Amino acid sequence: MIHLHQLTKRFVKNGSPALDSISVEVLPGRITGLVGPDGAGKTTLLRILAGLLEPTQGTVSAFGRDVVRETLSVRRILGYMPQRFGLYEDLSVMENLSLYAELQGVPQSEQEKRFAGLLRFTGLEAFTSRLAKRLSGGMKQKLGLACALVKMPKLLLLDEPGVGVDPISRRELWRMVRELVTEEVIVIWSTAYLDEAELCDDVLLLNEGKMLFWGKPTELTSRLQNRVVQVRGIRGQERRSKLTELLREPDVMDGVLQGSALRLVLKEGASLPTLDSGTLSRVAPRFEDGFIEILGGMPKGESVLARQMRTVPETCDAVVAARNLCKRFGTFTAVHDNNFEIRRGEIFGLLGPNGAGKSTTFKMLCGLLRPTSGEGFIAGHNLLKSASKARSRLGYMAQKFSLYGDLTVKQNLSFFAGTYGLYFKRRHAAVNNMLEMFDMERYAATSAGLLPLGFKQRLSLACALMHEPDVLFLDEPTSGVDPLTRREFWGHINALVEKGVTVLVTTHFMDEAEYCDRISLIYHGETIAEGTPDALKQQVGTEEMPSPTLEDAFIELIRRSEVHR
Amino acid sequence: MNKTMTRLRQLRALMKKEILQVLRDPSSILIAFVLPLILLFIFGFGLSLDARHVKVAVVLEDRSPTAQSLYQAFASTDYMDALPAADRKSAENSMINGQSRAILVVPGDFTRQLSRQHRAKIQLLTDGAETNTATILENYVLGIVQKWLAHQARGQNMEIREVIVTKPRIYFNPELNTRSSLIPASIVLIMAIIGTLLTALVVAREWERGTMEAMLATPVRKSDMIFGKLFPYYILGIGSVTLCTLCGVFLFDVPFRGSVFALFLVSTLFLIVTLGQGYLISTITKNQFLASQIALLTAFVPNYMLSGALFEISSMPVAIRTITYLFPARYFLICMQTIFMAGDVWPLLLSNMFCMLLIAAVLFAATIIKTPKRLE
Repeated sequence: MIHLHQLTKRFVKNGSPALDSISVEVLPGRITGLVGPDGAGKTTLLRILAGLLEPTQGTVSAFGRDVVRETLSVRRILGYMPQRFGLYEDLSVMENLSLYAELQGVPQSEQEKRFAGLLRFTGLEAFTSRLAKRLSGGMKQKLGLACALVKMPKLLLLDEPGVGVDPISRRELWRMVRELVTEEVIVIWSTAYLDEAELCDDVLLLNEGKMLFWGKPTELTSRLQNRVVQVRGIRGQERRSKLTELLREPDVMDGVLQGSALRLVLKEGASLPTLDSGTLSRVAPRFEDGFIEILGGMPKGESVLARQMRTVPETCDAVVAARNLCKRFGTFTAVHDNNFEIRRGEIFGLLGPNGAGKSTTFKMLCGLLRPTSGEGFIAGHNLLKSASKARSRLGYMAQKFSLYGDLTVKQNLSFFAGTYGLYFKRRHAAVNNMLEMFDMERYAATSAGLLPLGFKQRLSLACALMHEPDVLFLDEPTSGVDPLTRREFWGHINALVEKGVTVLVTTHFMDEAEYCDRISLIYHGETIAEGTPDALKQQVGTEEMPSPTLEDAFIELIRRSEVHR
Repeated sequence: MNKTMTRLRQLRALMKKEILQVLRDPSSILIAFVLPLILLFIFGFGLSLDARHVKVAVVLEDRSPTAQSLYQAFASTDYMDALPAADRKSAENSMINGQSRAILVVPGDFTRQLSRQHRAKIQLLTDGAETNTATILENYVLGIVQKWLAHQARGQNMEIREVIVTKPRIYFNPELNTRSSLIPASIVLIMAIIGTLLTALVVAREWERGTMEAMLATPVRKSDMIFGKLFPYYILGIGSVTLCTLCGVFLFDVPFRGSVFALFLVSTLFLIVTLGQGYLISTITKNQFLASQIALLTAFVPNYMLSGALFEISSMPVAIRTITYLFPARYFLICMQTIFMAGDVWPLLLSNMFCMLLIAAVLFAATIIKTPKRLE
């Protein structure tokens, strides 16, 4: 059992706390989810539990041992998997395992049997002599888990094991950890994915260091029973404007797109909204809905972008086009004969497991990689022949915050305006326009690195939009942000799309994929399925699984393609 | 008993990990064996404080056989290349153009003065921009003139009156071959860089790759962690010293008059200091780039300037001379030069080793304090 009592951690004296008096009792025999967006304090809490950080105030004990005073004794029963797995890249799978076994003091006589068991468990038997750096993301994650499990810990701490990993690997990891949970073991699984919270037995929901919820996830979702509805039967083109319209209603707390349908969360005691078209049906609430309710619902008001941005002229049918795109690295084919066209004002999603060829396709279409054969077009410009023209029509937002942290918000905007060839008056106007549109005026003189996460997101988007591009490329744009920030972000994107901007997005995040008009599922460099989110779901619908989620579809389609290979 | 066994096995596992990493990641091997060779060659072949073949413009205003024979004396030495010049003006021009480093003028009345008064004047003009060469050249010219005078005197059965005669004899390096003292000094500088760089990079790498976090969460003690890290690199460092010494002795013909045991002992102490310094740097910076910059800056620059390898410590101002006591290279240099050129002079070696031991102790205390058991 873990006791946290009034646990507070400040990194800067008198600064805002990274953890703010957290008190809980975690029970063994269950998986406890530590859930929250980036910067919520998840890693800090895990590190305190592992004795890697000392709390500023409060006490923490695990199985009756004080973590601060009896650190070494706690570490003897601890299995800890840090965010980057803690593997030695130059060591093989077996060498990593045996290193951790020796450090944990696993007796030599037991090692062989233990290793065999762990390798079977993680499916790494065939790769024992492969160096860790040559493993795929999913395999590294499994090896990281195996290293944390080498001494059968009583306390297993997993720091965002699912981050950046595709849904298939994530599901396998959940299955493996489930198997481990016995009467005596405490498992703490930290995650920024709110859908993972529903898989946990108990959830500790953190936001900006504060505990928002502690208990069974169903306790939170049951509060929203009968308050979640799905709207079907709206015409495809209208669904975005319909959503904006419905969100204006005072009774609607939250709303998202789900393929062609809308999903709405109503305020407590609110009656069902009246609709002029479409049908309403009640659906089960999700953990995310609860989180949003705790956060106070979606902020009202729509994206100012909609009013300010110019409408993209209708120049050509396919704003983004890939024709027989191929990329080989040596003998390895990363992308094989990829074809697709994205129409003006369409959101197109590239999905696929790690290493499927998403990033390679993405980079070829940005003009960052030269295709081995085939062509790519942006707004009618051939990427091979007039790359800089093509790129000038393109805005790119990278997955990680890739602006200059030491420059202020205004300096960043000004710099990016310059790189897009805006100078003097036009630059000045563009910068001020962005500051106003994204409501960042009060942060204009703040260093970008010190911004709150949501504002970093806004700034990244603003920098990508400075030159009013026709096409916007988004690389996992909202991984790790809280649901409100994500909704705000997609609110902006929807507004842009209404103005005719074309969007290409790669993501592991199924909620994000639901916003897409069409999705291309890539596996081993080939497109294995393409269509609307609903069409993909329908493809895998069976009697046992009448209404599959997008994640179910993803996994099933990949399984089928495996069978065909 | 059981506890010691566990700790020994942890230590063995840590060292095994480190050795495997060294073998698979060529950068450590490059730092330990290739970098020293490159530096040694640069120091050994490129750096020489001897002045040889210095170009001197000689103006012979006196054309007599005596003056000619003096010219021959200059022309026949290796230390300078005599370039005949027509007059003072053209000689001056050649110095201004950088074609010669000095001008030697034998005036028109040289022979007359010499035969009449037994003394004559010649003029030497040197290039003060190169002070070192200028002084060395002055001594060379004096030496050659003396030798020539003696020769002349013998030929004419004349006697040159000398009141006091100094008969210098040079100990340890009779040919005054600067290489013999420079090679041990180079090894000192090389080891200062290598030792610091080796550990500075590897510990920072563990922080960067996140393996340090995983290590810290295991029940390994931090002293074991430090030792397990340092020992493999100590072995690598000793290999590096051996390589440099062998190169010095067999390639550069530097004498080695001390014992291998003494060399091993002083190198061990010096490596403990430098490896510890690197470990401390990377523990504080936790970043490979920063660590390598600081390692180069703190290991190379002060040791280069203040160890006495190139600049005489005794001629430094008192304040700076006091600072030199803080740098281990100073002590290592004395030991190395002693072992190479003089032999095992134990009283000297031991006192210097004691100083290195003191510095090592301070550094390790700092390392242990700075190495966190936690992430902060």
